[in-house]
Amino acid sequence: MGGNAWRVLRPLLSRLGQAGLVALLVGCIGFALMHALPGDQAFRLAAERYGPDIVDARAAAAMRAELGLDRPLALQLLEWLGRVVRLDLGRSLVTGEPVIQELRVQLGYTALLAGMALPLSALIGLPLGIAAGLWRGRWPDHAVLSLAVLLRAVPAYALGLALMVLLSVRLRWLPPGGFEGWAELVLPSLTLALGLAAVSSRVARESVAAVAASPVLAFARWKGLSERDAVRRHGLRNAAIPVLAVLGLQLIGLVEGILIVETLFGWPGIGHALVHAIFARDVPLVQGTALIMGLGVVLLNAAVDLACLLIDPRRGRQAA
Amino acid sequence: MSGLAFGRRVAALPCARLAGAGLLLLLLGFGLVGPWLIEADPARQDLMASLAPPGARFLLGADHLGRSMLARLAHAVRLSFLLSGLTVAAAGLLGTALGLLAAWEGGWLDRGLSLLSDTVLALPGLLLVLLVIAFAPGQILPLAGGIALALWVEFFRVTRAQARSLLARPHVEAARLLGFGRAYILGHLILPELAPILFTLAGFGIGGVILTVATLSFISIGLKPPTAELGGMTSEMLPYLAEAPFQALLPSLFVALAVLACHLLAGGRPR
Repeated sequence: MGGNAWRVLRPLLSRLGQAGLVALLVGCIGFALMHALPGDQAFRLAAERYGPDIVDARAAAAMRAELGLDRPLALQLLEWLGRVVRLDLGRSLVTGEPVIQELRVQLGYTALLAGMALPLSALIGLPLGIAAGLWRGRWPDHAVLSLAVLLRAVPAYALGLALMVLLSVRLRWLPPGGFEGWAELVLPSLTLALGLAAVSSRVARESVAAVAASPVLAFARWKGLSERDAVRRHGLRNAAIPVLAVLGLQLIGLVEGILIVETLFGWPGIGHALVHAIFARDVPLVQGTALIMGLGVVLLNAAVDLACLLIDPRRGRQAA
Repeated sequence: MSGLAFGRRVAALPCARLAGAGLLLLLLGFGLVGPWLIEADPARQDLMASLAPPGARFLLGADHLGRSMLARLAHAVRLSFLLSGLTVAAAGLLGTALGLLAAWEGGWLDRGLSLLSDTVLALPGLLLVLLVIAFAPGQILPLAGGIALALWVEFFRVTRAQARSLLARPHVEAARLLGFGRAYILGHLILPELAPILFTLAGFGIGGVILTVATLSFISIGLKPPTAELGGMTSEMLPYLAEAPFQALLPSLFVALAVLACHLLAGGRPR
């Protein structure tokens, strides 16, 4: 049926539009950044690539010709955006390597970190949230809520530092930073996961509390299902819908967390690269990392949309 | 940030608003009166007292350059509240004004502003702030501007949605038909109804900005040393984390307390 395809296509199309907006915004800022850098661009770029001592007017002229810096601005912007859309992100001004090459390496590390942190946050946040929802209004609820409120107030870097002081400086269980093996992955992913769990526990609590008070569950109990079966077969799937939908919001938290945690622990991922590219004024790398992170959020959000449709068929029918 | 949903949960904590207000008053007092009362210069170094523990001379100890932690903290708290207050005020005024305008005018203006807000929302907030900071890392203007740029959208969307439904209410329509001016209707009929939700947004906004400024200064792209800033202070003390964890983590405690105070005050149920 056409309507059936449409209900899958419509959220995807709106995400595609969002991806376009991300590319446009990041591309324009990237272009403006390139032109806002102080001094003669060609000289500065040549100095960054060859070292400040060897740069003369000839090297700068060669650089200007290489990067096409002498054409009208509007033309350069259009060409710039065209390249951004084709994911042709140019070369890093510092290393001279293609940005996409560097991104591929960094993205792997970031995916590893995020792939550890997300399940870990679910492992911490969901049981706490479900417990709070089932015993709503009593002490587990208040305890989990207070914990979440406190965790949200503590800056992520301080949380990471406190874990570092405790687990690697005092107890010497874990290395404080670097990226040599699995042990180095524990502290950053734990820091990220705790921040995310503060949000996911709250959502899980809300949605479990709503489902626990719903007629669906009351009916399941009334027809004689044990408490355990009622929760497992009628409670969890209904409660999962908002939790999954909020996962999209969590992804934004994940990106922000990754920027901080990677920088703090020296994890060679994409957030670390972005922060260092800002120091070095390596505009193509700034633009590339921001673009990939922005597009990544959109892409994962599209996946969340689809998963929501899958788990809750009512949603598509209502929209159609 | 999803401050509103979070706010509804905070409201479940007993006396949240009272505790938040008390904590905020204490911190504001420390930040506003502290720099006047404490005679020590936050930039005065005494290298003989490097990393001095808390004691009679330095109540909260000294940092690696022998600067008084107490004086630096007072100045940093003042800076945090001033910066976040001004940024949120600017973003809130702009967002609310544009939201009212979009709701009132409708049509292409509404569509254009909504598209603009969608564009800004497409990127995670911190990413947008970083991109704006990249124009001039370590300076206060791009920092505040970038944060305000990411923040106005929240005010805009909430104001627009609420004002649209308010404008369709019978009493507002009656006022329009009776010929009351735009300023009167917006000022007397719409804004008072919006005030509580705007207050909540502003409270969470201030908490969020304090957190963002501290975080960015910690990763050295916010405010630069020697400015006493809560995140930057921790960052400066990082090499001495093992010797003086107290001095290194104390500024973060102040960040957490300030954010907590804002969240409790904004999210608590009014009594």
